[in-house]
Amino acid sequence: MHPALQAVLTIVIGLGGCIGYFWFSNQLFDKVLFPARGPNIGRNIRRAEMIRPWLFLFPAIFALGLYLAYPVVATFWLSLTDRDQGGAFVGLANYQQMLREAKFWEAIRNNMLWLVVVPAASTAFGLLAAQLTDRISWGNIAKSLIFMPMAISFVGASVIWKLVYDFRPIGQEQIGILNAFWVWLGGEPQTWLTITPWNNFLLMVVLIWIQTGFAMVILGAALRGIPEETVEAAIVDGANPFQIFFKIKVPQIRSTIVVVWTTITLVVLKIFDIVLAMTNGQWQTQVLANYMYDKLFRAFDWGVGSAAAMVIMLLVSPILVWNVINARREMR
Amino acid sequence: MEGMAGQKSHLTWAVHISVALLVALWLFPTVGLLVSSFRTAEQISNSGWWSAFSAQKGQLPAIRISGDERQEDGLYVIDGNLFGTAETTLSAWGTSSREPEAYEPDTEVELKDGWVLGVASSGDFRLSAPQSFEGERLPRVFATATTPPEFTLENYGNVLFGTTAGAGVGQAFLNTLTVSIPATVIPILVAAFAAYALAWMEFPGRALLIAAVVALLVVPLQLALIPLLQLHNTIGIGKGYLGVWLAHTGFGLPLAIYLLRNYMVGLPKDIIENARVDGASDFQIFTKIVLPLSFPALASFAIFQFLWTWNDLLVALVFLGTDDDRLVLTARLVNLMGSRGGQWEILATSAFVSIVVPLVVFFAMQKYLVRGLLAGSVK
Repeated sequence: MHPALQAVLTIVIGLGGCIGYFWFSNQLFDKVLFPARGPNIGRNIRRAEMIRPWLFLFPAIFALGLYLAYPVVATFWLSLTDRDQGGAFVGLANYQQMLREAKFWEAIRNNMLWLVVVPAASTAFGLLAAQLTDRISWGNIAKSLIFMPMAISFVGASVIWKLVYDFRPIGQEQIGILNAFWVWLGGEPQTWLTITPWNNFLLMVVLIWIQTGFAMVILGAALRGIPEETVEAAIVDGANPFQIFFKIKVPQIRSTIVVVWTTITLVVLKIFDIVLAMTNGQWQTQVLANYMYDKLFRAFDWGVGSAAAMVIMLLVSPILVWNVINARREMR
Repeated sequence: MEGMAGQKSHLTWAVHISVALLVALWLFPTVGLLVSSFRTAEQISNSGWWSAFSAQKGQLPAIRISGDERQEDGLYVIDGNLFGTAETTLSAWGTSSREPEAYEPDTEVELKDGWVLGVASSGDFRLSAPQSFEGERLPRVFATATTPPEFTLENYGNVLFGTTAGAGVGQAFLNTLTVSIPATVIPILVAAFAAYALAWMEFPGRALLIAAVVALLVVPLQLALIPLLQLHNTIGIGKGYLGVWLAHTGFGLPLAIYLLRNYMVGLPKDIIENARVDGASDFQIFTKIVLPLSFPALASFAIFQFLWTWNDLLVALVFLGTDDDRLVLTARLVNLMGSRGGQWEILATSAFVSIVVPLVVFFAMQKYLVRGLLAGSVK
């Protein structure tokens, strides 16, 4: 069957199935199992009200459980087994093997570098852009354009930036803007993406370029939510614009800055496409997610690959816990 | 804030200039790709894209002289123009690749066998000889010339419909569309029912479920790859579109439920209570009142999910496989970067084909996207 036809069919079956499930199950409830009439009307209504939420929730819980919760457990189990021995339990052998590999430590080191640089730079640029565009007449257009990379795929962004970093041998016209600029300054053309450790930062630039718009939008909304009086009071007291920004505004949106920072941190921990597309982890640019992909789908070593996935999970879990605590506090 | 800007007008100027710089910096890389996609391979490798708008001075590829000979004063003559366009200006020329800039324009040069070749700065040439050119190989001219800016749509034709150049980009475009539309539509309804239950129905364990959704929101999908691939193989789905749709649905649900629940909780309580008093069932309240009112949140999520599934690489690679006819645009691009790394006319055009749909969605629906972002993270 042609995939497009299959897609249309899937939409029809999927949507129809969902609607059918919800409608029929509710009908079954109200008309057959617990009708709101007859001798047991009170009991029936109470029972229906007790069970109905689960009717609404069942498809979602099923999908979440199967596609997100179960894999966490399954991956943990896989990380303790060896595929070559038919899935036999090998304890922590995979982790030990992973810890002995230089590539793993390279990935850890680079990931830590990414973790520090990208959220910091994106948040800083985002804050700057939000503050500056807030005051000017064409601010919304400027915001749109800075926000735009958000819509571009990591792979598309990699192509865009690979053109920026392009290298032509000395004597030829440089077609990458970075080398053109470098040569104009009097340098020799460089193959930027092979120069350790700077190539790591050049990869980070791509993600910063994408994430700054996100930071700007969120922080911009927070800045606009700051009570006017606090700013006005500061002006009356003779504060200069920089003092107002750093001493009055930034402290008031600190919690939003933390949210932005952690959201970008989550993206960074899973970063994969950019590294795969631009260097594929060569020249000391490996990161955890790409290391894991290498192990899973190139070396077919599911044990070590799963162990690497568990490391990513471990790095994410503080944010997970923090998010859950925050969400619970808000609900009270 | 206005007071501040009014007081210090030099600062206002500084703000305008900094924003202009920032925007230029952010736009520059993308514009480079866009401009490159409209240039020929030669133009791209001869000069940076930023010089595409000005007249270019450069060495043209060798042009072999051709034309019909005629007789004039006892000489055999071929004349004509080297260039197709009138705006090209010759600054130097030569007849050997070793000395491509040997002669000035408007000079006549004697070649072998009494042949005389003259090239004017307009590109007009005149080749004469005492005997016929019949059966002879005519000379090549190496020209250094200034050509006007020129753009072409040829790359797009090649990439989308050609069979060799960017083979498979057109197919990949369809594949991506096939992946992302069902993967956007299916989770919405499932999530909406669950969100309603979590927002407006009372039952034990509700708080725990909400906490679980928040937790699953950040679980890296890297963990799901192998177990789910094994599961798909066991139940007979294997690698294919169905698997990708299911995976995207599963991975998109936490955000969908979270966004929709946050929105639904904020709907006015009176409307829902009143409907309950009037004897409406939860199913009716949901379909008749809550769902229509939640349209902005549904739109926000739909845009997120569409952008995410369209731009995704990892899920497609793992669950759809790497067969050539099944590659999505992102996977095709990664392949092209490997196999045609230097052919920027193909890479740039393919990349632009892949980002144009998200960009259109982005600019058309920005309002909902921003709203969704705010609801998703500031709460």
